[in-house]
Amino acid sequence: MVETAIRTGALDALSARAPAIAAASLRTCPPASRFNFRGRPEAFGPAGEAFGVALPQTACRAASESGRHALWLGPDEWLLIAGDGEAAEIAAKMESALAGLPHSLVEVSHRNTALEIEGSHAADVINSGCPLDLSAKAFPVGMCTRTIFHKAEIVLWRIAENRFRLEVWRSFAAYVWAQLEEARREYGA
Amino acid sequence: MSGAYRLPSGGRINRQKPISFTFDGKKYQGFEGDTLASALIANGVLLAGRSFKYHRPRGILSAGADEPNALVGVGRDQAHYTPNVRMTMQELYDGLVAESQNRWPSLMFDVGAINDMLSPFFPAGFYYKTFMWPRKAWDAFYEPKIRSMAGLGKAPTEADADRYSQRYAHCDVLVIGGGPAGLAAALAAAESGARVMLADDQPEFGGSLLAETEATIDGKSAIDWVAEMVAALKARANVTLLSRTQAFGYYPHNSIGLSERLTDHLANPPAHLPRERFWTVHAGEVVIAAGSLERPMVFPENDRPGVMLADSARIYVNRYGVKPGKRAVVFTAHDGAYRAALDLKKAGIEIAAIADLRHHPEGPLVEAAKAAGIDVLPGTSVTGTAGRLRVKSATLARIGADGSAMDERQVECDLVLMSGGITPSVHLFSQSKGKLRFDEHLKAYVPGRPAERERSAGACRGLYALSAVIADGFAQGEGAAKSAGFGGVTARTFAVAGTLESDPGSFLGAAPHGRDASRVKAFVDFQNDVTAKDIRLATREGFRSIEHVKRYTTTGMATDQGKTSNMNALGIVSEALERDIPEIGLTTFRPPYTPVSFGAFAGASRGDLFDPVRTTPIHGWAAEQGAAFEDVGIWKRAHYFPKAGEDMHAAVERECKAVRDSVGIFDASTLGKIEVVGKDAATFMNRIYTNAWTKLEPGRLRYGVMLREDGFVMDDGVVGRMADDRFHVTTTTGGAPRVLAHMEDYLQTEWADLEVWLTSTTEEWAVIAVQGPNARKVIEPLVEGIDLSPEAMPHMSVAVGKICGVPTRLFRVSFTGELGFEINVPADYGRAVWEAVFAAGKAYDITPYGTETMHVLRAEKGYIIVGQETDGTAVPDDVGLGWAVGKAKKDFVGKRSIVRDEFQKPDRKQMVGLLTDVPAEVLEEGAQIVADPKQPAPMTVLGQVTSSYMSSVLGHSIALAMVKGGRARLGETLYVPMPGRAIPVKVVEPIFFDKEGVRLNG
Repeated sequence: MVETAIRTGALDALSARAPAIAAASLRTCPPASRFNFRGRPEAFGPAGEAFGVALPQTACRAASESGRHALWLGPDEWLLIAGDGEAAEIAAKMESALAGLPHSLVEVSHRNTALEIEGSHAADVINSGCPLDLSAKAFPVGMCTRTIFHKAEIVLWRIAENRFRLEVWRSFAAYVWAQLEEARREYGA
Repeated sequence: MSGAYRLPSGGRINRQKPISFTFDGKKYQGFEGDTLASALIANGVLLAGRSFKYHRPRGILSAGADEPNALVGVGRDQAHYTPNVRMTMQELYDGLVAESQNRWPSLMFDVGAINDMLSPFFPAGFYYKTFMWPRKAWDAFYEPKIRSMAGLGKAPTEADADRYSQRYAHCDVLVIGGGPAGLAAALAAAESGARVMLADDQPEFGGSLLAETEATIDGKSAIDWVAEMVAALKARANVTLLSRTQAFGYYPHNSIGLSERLTDHLANPPAHLPRERFWTVHAGEVVIAAGSLERPMVFPENDRPGVMLADSARIYVNRYGVKPGKRAVVFTAHDGAYRAALDLKKAGIEIAAIADLRHHPEGPLVEAAKAAGIDVLPGTSVTGTAGRLRVKSATLARIGADGSAMDERQVECDLVLMSGGITPSVHLFSQSKGKLRFDEHLKAYVPGRPAERERSAGACRGLYALSAVIADGFAQGEGAAKSAGFGGVTARTFAVAGTLESDPGSFLGAAPHGRDASRVKAFVDFQNDVTAKDIRLATREGFRSIEHVKRYTTTGMATDQGKTSNMNALGIVSEALERDIPEIGLTTFRPPYTPVSFGAFAGASRGDLFDPVRTTPIHGWAAEQGAAFEDVGIWKRAHYFPKAGEDMHAAVERECKAVRDSVGIFDASTLGKIEVVGKDAATFMNRIYTNAWTKLEPGRLRYGVMLREDGFVMDDGVVGRMADDRFHVTTTTGGAPRVLAHMEDYLQTEWADLEVWLTSTTEEWAVIAVQGPNARKVIEPLVEGIDLSPEAMPHMSVAVGKICGVPTRLFRVSFTGELGFEINVPADYGRAVWEAVFAAGKAYDITPYGTETMHVLRAEKGYIIVGQETDGTAVPDDVGLGWAVGKAKKDFVGKRSIVRDEFQKPDRKQMVGLLTDVPAEVLEEGAQIVADPKQPAPMTVLGQVTSSYMSSVLGHSIALAMVKGGRARLGETLYVPMPGRAIPVKVVEPIFFDKEGVRLNG
């Protein structure tokens, strides 16, 4: 019998070496199930119902329900995030609910790597390479958007006032991580 | 005690904190709070450098960012070395090491000073006149010589060891300049609730008030008022205060570049701090409160060390507690110098005389000077100075109505203070594309209509009285906040007392001196060594536009951007051409306002972080095996896997053989992947690709070709139909983003009605290609739920199942001509599955191979690589892909173009194979192909070699080429001309190995 393959995350080696900096702590997020959902409006409702989180209709807002998250990325596009290992069940449930409705559900669990930065200088660190206004007024808790961080594309999501999640494509993860390390270095006195 | 010229009291220095530093190897003492300039002045040192062109000794001219002369190299070693540092901006720290520039062997004695004697041979435009002939001497002699002589500081020899950080920031109101206007503006805006940023280039806020000893504001001393304002701003959460921060560039849409110096003032910078921070601020509204610059007087020998701007001398006395000299002559056309004279006198500096170019100076400051017993000489000019490395005397002369000089007399002095008037600092306003307006009364350019959401406040818009400056600052700050949508600022007035009103009148141009104008040097631009004579010569030689005069004489083109020189140059041109200043115009102000470190612009984007380096999930394994990598876009791909002692050629030969004989394993993860999903997916694929897709059954693969609208091949790749409404599209590695954008473009702009969506899945899948006759045997034991038999899974099919217990989309596909599989697994499993396949392959001597071997194997089969065989001008038929064009299809992107007559012509470049006579001869890729090797150049070129390799399986080199009418030339001999010879090549079909495709279907 063949042994089951084990997972190797893009940031496993880097995150093990990350120094503790309270003003901007950096960590990887555990593996997750992810989907890119797109479709026509008639599919939005059933999709949310089947996924367990009503898809937010407000631009650049995330909604969460029992550990599942739906992030608005475009008028017909959401990034769905759920616990690791739930992908097959979610796909089956959603596809059956969406039968005959115009939509596209594509699993991207491994495409993205997620990391979190938290602390009083978290926004400053992100602003080292992200041109967005990250004040609480312009980018409140619960806001998410596709944007850039230095030369990489990221999905940025403000989970709490001083806590952000970055979803980044796997091969860019090491670069994003290194840039975050570089930017938060000055808070590690 | 730090220096004989230190005043016993006063100044904003910390006398409890003495500091040691060296200048040109000599040790000196200063105090905390000193600049390098003020500390040297305290030690009686004014000689700071040698000038650019004539190597004349130069002293400290100013006390701020406008300093043209006192430039030094600073740094403890070459990895921390900065040339051309303005002494006036360099804060003193313990152990600071500075050295003067542009002199040899020493600052006191400089061989290059010979240039000064030779100056009659270096007139304006010298470079343009002298180095024209002979033409050949330019490359061999003139340019290298000029290069070695040019410039002031020396670039460091080691890479910069410091770190630089960058930050984007947003605010409602950005206030540039923390002087009286800026502080008031920031307070007003802050009180409105707006998010405010205040940037100032000095270590402490206050601007001109840091040198103010007389004035009171609201009954407090100026300095106490500043402290109170700063405290009030600091206490507010909506205010960001940035000191040591130069606003250097005003870019469109209120983007402002700031350069913050974080460690240049520290003796032992903590390792975690970056040296500088580069801010890109997006401001709702901008208040420019940049203050003003004092203008030098242009008179003969006005560049001798000891000649200084009057207000700068006042700053040295009041702010730094140092005496720039013992006995001063003041030369002015402006009341401000009287204030300086009074303050200097109070500090114990003897004022020998005030020579005022104006014939009837009057007003409270003039009266105060007279009352203090200072000798005021109206209608008097300084017509020269004497002294070698420092002023010893100045020559004064009365100026007649006709400009003649009378009653010359020498006055002993070690200091000449000058003030031609005030130039409002309109640089940033002008950078913002705001229109400047010439104010006849002020004789100055002031901001006119803004082009951005911006307003100027205080001295930078021509207001000089302190009361007016503060009131204006507050009003502009309030106005800015209001424009940004904030209001409710309580009206406020500031009671200013203790200042004497001054006349803003001023003088532009060169002062009259009555001496032989061809023999004197009256400097306009100190840093580029441009004299009044040079500018007049330019006008005599026919230059009329100030932009041309600037370039011809180089005035205003040094690193100080003409802060002290531009207006005087204008005045001289105006006089020479007898035209008003507004008619002559003004040169363009360009960012940066002051020099900015390259490091700050680069930020963290250097070395390993210059660009993202994309690696595959299998990269680590390849690195451990000693693979050589190549860059493909920003991906790193394994190029080949050398064993000990192997070069690339040997490794590739071995890898190729392994794939042909048994089995190889290849990381194809970088291939672009796009999931095309929706009811109309097949319709979409039909329109985007040349091929027909409707009849492709789920579970089958097809090679697809994509054209641009112009009919040229854009990309290719294998596509799997996973379900009726789902395609797994692959693209070239480099083409992935382009292809997705191309597809999205059509979908969104042309075919919005189609129910189909695209998702990039490039990074979802790791792709492991297993290729070779034993490929099936290797993977069979690892696969579950898929029948791998040729009947169940023929060439060009796809199945979903499991491998090593994880999900896979298994492709039976080949880019080598061998039996092959491409195993797609979720990326995080990529490495483990790869290792499992590798372990299973051991029995078959499985060999990892890189992109080079992949290229050879595919060339042996005549498979093209888009971007190698194609160059953006090839239609499918040119590269032998006519078969992939769906003839029956009504339309697809590019169809209309490829049916054009031009693309049917038989003499188009077509892909063929080439074989050399000598089997070991490998042609150079890119080499040209001709029919007649004896034709003299330029030869008639028929085409070029696009791919060329040594094929170990054939024992012969092979090449693919694009040749005019190539398919009709099969069997012909053509030539590849190389230096000294021409290589004969035989034109053959572009497929060299297993033409029948037997192995593929194994």
